Amino acid sequence: MKQEVICVICPRGCRLTVDPENDYKVTGNFCAKGVPYGKAELINPTRVVTSTVKIDGEKITRCPVKTDQAIPKKEIKNIMQEINQVNLNAPVKAGDIVIQNILNTDANLVVTRDID
Amino acid sequence: MHDVLIIGAGCVGSCVAYELSKYNLNVLLLDKENDVALGASRANTAIVHGGYDPDPNTLMGKYNVRGAKKCMELVETLDIEFRKTGSLVVAFNDKEMETVKQTYERGLANGCPNMEIWDAEQVHAHEPNISKDIIGALWVPESGVMNPWEFTISHVEVAVREGVDLELNQKVVDLIDQGDSWLVKTETDEFETKYVVNAAGVHSDEIHNLVAEPAYAIHPTRGQYYLLDRSQGEIVNSVIFPTPNEQTKGILVSPTIHFHTLVGPDAERIPDKEDTSTTRDGLDYIAGEATRCVPGLNFRTNIRNYAGVRANSDLNDFFVDFIARDILELGAIKSPGLTCSPVLAEEGVKMLKEKGLKLEEKSNWDGTRKVTRFKTLSPEDKQKALERNPKYGRVICRCEHITEGEIIDALERGMPVTSLDAVKRRCGTGMGRCQGGFCGPRIVEILARETGIDVEDVLQDKLGSYIITGRTKTNEKPEVTKS
Amino acid sequence: MKQIKEYELIIIGGGPAGLGAALSAHQNGLKDILIVERDIFLGGILNQCIHNGFGLHYFGEELTGPEYSQRFIDQLEDTSIEVKLDTMAMNLENTEDYRFVHIMNMEEGYQILKAKAVILAMGCRERTRMQIQIPGTRASGIILAGQAQQYVNLEGLMIGKKVIVLGSGDVGLIMARRLTLEGAEVVACVEVMPHLGGLNRNYVQCLKDFDIPLYLSHTITNIRGQRRVEGVTVQEVDSNGKPIPGTEKDYDVDTVLLSVGLIPENELSSEAGVELDPRTSGPIVYENDETSSPGIFACGNVLHVHDLVDHVTEEAEAAGYAAACYVKDGGCVTENATRIELKPDSNITYTVPQHIRLEDIEKNVRIYFRVRQNYHDPVQVLVRDGNNNQIAKFKRPYMFPGEMENIRLPRQLLDRVVGNELTISVEE
Repeated sequence: MKQEVICVICPRGCRLTVDPENDYKVTGNFCAKGVPYGKAELINPTRVVTSTVKIDGEKITRCPVKTDQAIPKKEIKNIMQEINQVNLNAPVKAGDIVIQNILNTDANLVVTRDID
Repeated sequence: MHDVLIIGAGCVGSCVAYELSKYNLNVLLLDKENDVALGASRANTAIVHGGYDPDPNTLMGKYNVRGAKKCMELVETLDIEFRKTGSLVVAFNDKEMETVKQTYERGLANGCPNMEIWDAEQVHAHEPNISKDIIGALWVPESGVMNPWEFTISHVEVAVREGVDLELNQKVVDLIDQGDSWLVKTETDEFETKYVVNAAGVHSDEIHNLVAEPAYAIHPTRGQYYLLDRSQGEIVNSVIFPTPNEQTKGILVSPTIHFHTLVGPDAERIPDKEDTSTTRDGLDYIAGEATRCVPGLNFRTNIRNYAGVRANSDLNDFFVDFIARDILELGAIKSPGLTCSPVLAEEGVKMLKEKGLKLEEKSNWDGTRKVTRFKTLSPEDKQKALERNPKYGRVICRCEHITEGEIIDALERGMPVTSLDAVKRRCGTGMGRCQGGFCGPRIVEILARETGIDVEDVLQDKLGSYIITGRTKTNEKPEVTKS
Repeated sequence: MKQIKEYELIIIGGGPAGLGAALSAHQNGLKDILIVERDIFLGGILNQCIHNGFGLHYFGEELTGPEYSQRFIDQLEDTSIEVKLDTMAMNLENTEDYRFVHIMNMEEGYQILKAKAVILAMGCRERTRMQIQIPGTRASGIILAGQAQQYVNLEGLMIGKKVIVLGSGDVGLIMARRLTLEGAEVVACVEVMPHLGGLNRNYVQCLKDFDIPLYLSHTITNIRGQRRVEGVTVQEVDSNGKPIPGTEKDYDVDTVLLSVGLIPENELSSEAGVELDPRTSGPIVYENDETSSPGIFACGNVLHVHDLVDHVTEEAEAAGYAAACYVKDGGCVTENATRIELKPDSNITYTVPQHIRLEDIEKNVRIYFRVRQNYHDPVQVLVRDGNNNQIAKFKRPYMFPGEMENIRLPRQLLDRVVGNELTISVEE
């Protein structure tokens, strides 16, 4: 079954058609960047997850975090559950690893802001 | 046992409480909401009316001029925001000019001082932005705009400080005659009292009908408003009324105490006394009518629409009388009710005295109030205030420049304050163009910290108007609809 | 109130614009620089923008908001730039030689500071429900997207359980995802325009990923609930934006999240006599971000609302450079310079700058602008002078109102301009 995907590489937002039965052939793309994007969106769509975790900061009680690389889209829900369990102790620095290799995705959950 | 129990903490009930606080009495002020001034005293035109409008044969006609004078004294005594702007009743044609002249005569009959009939030139000299088609007007200098919230709140703050008890969230459901006293039943409690004052505003008929045969019917009348930002500059210097006709007093354009512009109200009879929603049709009508008098109004600078419900009735006057033994009613209070409320209170207390209430003056009664409005202080006074309390140095409301010190002052004046709007009515926070967008979260934090309530219990306004629905990261599994 | 200290440059606002301007002014030779910030942190709105997508143009990598601002905050440490946090700029006065900035905070009270130059970097605020005049009740649960972002991301407080989003700007889309991930149900996103307000990428990753429907050419026409919001009426609108009778649909929600536009915050500027452009709601500026008041410069969202922080930084660096020149040389301004007015054609909403002083342009001038409608196919941006002669032409593969555009006009082309004006237009 062919599927429609909106390309997000640039604001133009091409409506790509991807055909899984024909080696994930991409049509509707204005530029070449649409081809790998369309293919990946069907085979293994990935996203960077950003959220917050609890922290005992002096001025703030939530610390922003992100996965340091895109993780499979289907893992977002499970990763959020992991994130919601975290309790950090201040101080932290941007880049500090909160959870290494979160849910075996190869991505680390890292702090994105210095908090005292 | 209370000596006097007042039902309703709007402007009238609050003035009665203030008046009674002068005497050695056990007084209780009840309101069904979580703050005072939440009925007609909250959403109205905020005008101290000169007294030219009401029929001289009514209580409204008798009390208005006296009330306006009294209000202008009270704004000094109680430190209430007020600007004596004067008002104009403008005429577009000879027929309207005739009505303006009749209005002048009626004003004279009511004792309204210093009125003048102006020609077009005088009108446009005073109000350069009003329609060039206006041919003349009635000028009423002894009138102005007042903060109606602060009017009511300040009376209660002083009354409470001087010993009056205040109970909020108490909706009266029954009045039981116990022979020599009354049992006042609310949804949750019972109070015994010798005298009762019914000052229930738009609900005064319901209280009335608990103990007496119906004497009048309230026709709840909704009025909608625009509040336009001061960014346009002040477009009018005084309150501009069109010439009234049989149907309506008309849509007015008024400066406000904070130098914004108020436009409204329409008058729509509605079934629900609590329905203060605004409607597209109502707002469009107001904009159209107001533009007729003041063509340059820019409704894109709107910072708030609101509506109030007025206690209009088939009496076309206030209802002031005893409705049962020792139950005094100050009911059916419509415009100019705010202006007349101090007089209604004085007259009401006189009537209670005639019925046997003993008025023994307190020796140490202090009827004054003073608040710090930081931004209005001189540079020297700002410095002094900051030395007294450094929290005047932290601006919370960016648009109106209201400081943390002023908010904390309001929390310490003896009345419970549990909502953002309660803070707004006391300090003016969130009144500006961002409508609390920036300061809302800060005030939630201050309220929680200073009053010891949980942030989740800080309200926007009345009970049930919660802001926060929980906390993040409470270890509950998030619902994600699709993975 | 005592006059305390004189600065070469005072910057009002410590968000990305203020930080970028301060560092640039410092690099260009100024030493006495003060940043006045009303929050207790530097970084401005970026602190609550915990999502990623910042910095692709400027740093060549994707950062979250806090990471983007952290990079500038870290650079401050090695400079002489002074920062006052939790401090409000109360008033700005302009005289010929000096600018006076009235500031107030809890520690030092009310002070009047003196500066040779001032950079306005106060950012913007959100348009409210009242400004778009949605009728109905004034229940709680009607919240601005940025305000919700502050509650959720900085304070860990949830603002609703069942939410409808009005407006498809980026903040609204991003908050739809954030609220969903934190356990709320977002029932729909409603947009009055026939096209998306924000970036496609946010539509895909914030709405589509979570099956949140988007209704274009729809709006909320009534809000119900006396205390907390209980529901809304959504209606389709015609091509004039007027609700179409008979298309009403009710949603039971406890929260209305508004993402209906941003307005540069210029009360301080206009009180100082800085002239504003009604099209941008920001100051009218010259090629070097100088306002109509000499010595007062503006950059970032106080000047015009940006969609990418990278452009804010770029603009802030230009403003910092210009302010440094002004302080050192009394301005880069040639006396009686030739003033060329920039005029947006009907399909362009505005240009920044609004005018340029020809002799002060070293190599070229960058002009930011936005188009009024969607162009999905390649277009040309045409620049014509007062005699209707085409001065320059730029090609773009597509253009959208949600994306700020810019072109660079070289000095040598500007030297040919007749009639002291330039009109910018877009043609398909």
